[in-house]
Amino acid sequence: MIRVEDVSKTYVVGKERTQALSQIHLEVQEGRLFGLIGPDGAGKTSLIRILATLLLPTQGQAYLNGFHTVKDFKEIRKIVGYMPGKFSLYMDLTIQENLDFFATIFDNTIEKNYHLIKDIYTQIEPFKNRRAGQLSGGMKQKLALCCALIHKPKILLLDEPTTGVDAVSRVEFWNMLQQLKKENITILVSTPYMDEASLCDEIALIQNGFIMDVNTPQGIINTFNKKIKAIKYTDMLLLLNELPLDPEIQDIYAFGEYHHVILKNETDEYNWHEKLKLKYPNIEIKEEKASIEDCFISLMKNQNIAVS
Amino acid sequence: MSSEYAIITKDLAKKFGNFYAVDHISFEVKKGEIFGFLGANGAGKTTAIRMLCGLSLPTSGTAQVAGFDIYKENEKIKRRIGYMSQKFSLYDDLSIQENIRFYAGIYGMSNTYIKENTTRLLEKFHLQKEAKKMVGELPLGWKQKLAFSVAIFHNPSIVFLDEPTGGVDPITRREFWELIYEASSTGITVFVTTHYMDEAEYCNRVSIMVDGKIDALDTPTLLKKNMEVEDMNSVFLKLARKATRSDN
Repeated sequence: MIRVEDVSKTYVVGKERTQALSQIHLEVQEGRLFGLIGPDGAGKTSLIRILATLLLPTQGQAYLNGFHTVKDFKEIRKIVGYMPGKFSLYMDLTIQENLDFFATIFDNTIEKNYHLIKDIYTQIEPFKNRRAGQLSGGMKQKLALCCALIHKPKILLLDEPTTGVDAVSRVEFWNMLQQLKKENITILVSTPYMDEASLCDEIALIQNGFIMDVNTPQGIINTFNKKIKAIKYTDMLLLLNELPLDPEIQDIYAFGEYHHVILKNETDEYNWHEKLKLKYPNIEIKEEKASIEDCFISLMKNQNIAVS
Repeated sequence: MSSEYAIITKDLAKKFGNFYAVDHISFEVKKGEIFGFLGANGAGKTTAIRMLCGLSLPTSGTAQVAGFDIYKENEKIKRRIGYMSQKFSLYDDLSIQENIRFYAGIYGMSNTYIKENTTRLLEKFHLQKEAKKMVGELPLGWKQKLAFSVAIFHNPSIVFLDEPTGGVDPITRREFWELIYEASSTGITVFVTTHYMDEAEYCNRVSIMVDGKIDALDTPTLLKKNMEVEDMNSVFLKLARKATRSDN
């Protein structure tokens, strides 16, 4: 399991101080798939690097399976598989050589833990003699995951494995993670894609170094206590320009095909509907369930965390 | 050519060895349209965009961009388009003002034009006080919004956006799209790729490339209707799963 206690990280460059993480508390139980969800610059990589023993926290403690990330870093490195955001394998080694190398430095062999990587490895095996530098993005991602798994880690830290990857490959990758869960590996994965949240057992929403909420995806959605109306009209841009001035609306923003409208609590829904239909003939109005992205937007605005 | 279109391609193809990265694509983009150009990794999007920007010559087929022929007039095309992507936008170690000056200078804008429009742009973003700040110090979302404004600073006919919002927070991502709408309403054609399927819904029309070919092209509403699915994500998955080649 992973435990993070009051971890902060400040980077100091010259006179500039950047607070990357502010008093982070987290707990990930063994065998869980935990998602760290937030945009670029939220602090995801700093937190993962601290857990991977590659970065010292400015304040606070973190433990992986009871080992302290600073005092017991050698122990942690034995039990952690880490896939950095930037592809960090050896470009001039082949697929097989890279895998062999990572197995060997952990005093292991590919054969010994082959069952762990079999499903993923068979997809890239036809190219096993190709150098890593010559591989496509999707194949590099699969090789990196194999290399992170080959020493049979108890905890897997994956830093934005699906960034820049197309929707089809993203679905495939999450299926692979679901398979790994069956091996009782604890997985911490970061992503900027809100729609991937529902694939995790538990998630933390992170922004500007703060954890805004931690819960199961459904738990986060359940705490969203406002009603959302989805509206659609022939001129969507017009709605986006005019409706923010409507005093009965708390918030309106584009959401795919529809705009999402959050009404103020005191607003009489029926009257508001009628008024809207009068002004915008044939407007479609329907109830909508909150998604993680709605929650994220609301939390960002509520906590008054500067967007800029 | 009809002046109604910003881009017209016919049987446009690019072959590397025996491999058709772009396999005879034909489509039109209307002036002022927001055109979504989707496809899985390796479907041929980047190769197609490079040809349309005048950076790479096609193997066969024809295309006109902003009224110019992509074989003979690619230098003219470059002057009439704007470009930005997630990976390449502004220079981190130049200030906001210097970046604007640099890009506008490259496109041959006059000093008066640059001066007037720089003031206007800084005011729009309330960045007057930050004009001398290095771009590297700006949050990503801000940088991308600014990069977009710089990409259309010379008032191009078409702006190509290659995954402009990757990794940007959900609020800033929406602000970015408001800038896109605004540009489109002034007549600039927007040609955009994205991995966010909700953004595909914001486009007037969307094309989906599979294995080098354009497999579907329509409004988001009709794409969903014809494929009998609820959202663009399902449209994309349904089409892209048919792909036999990946980005190898």
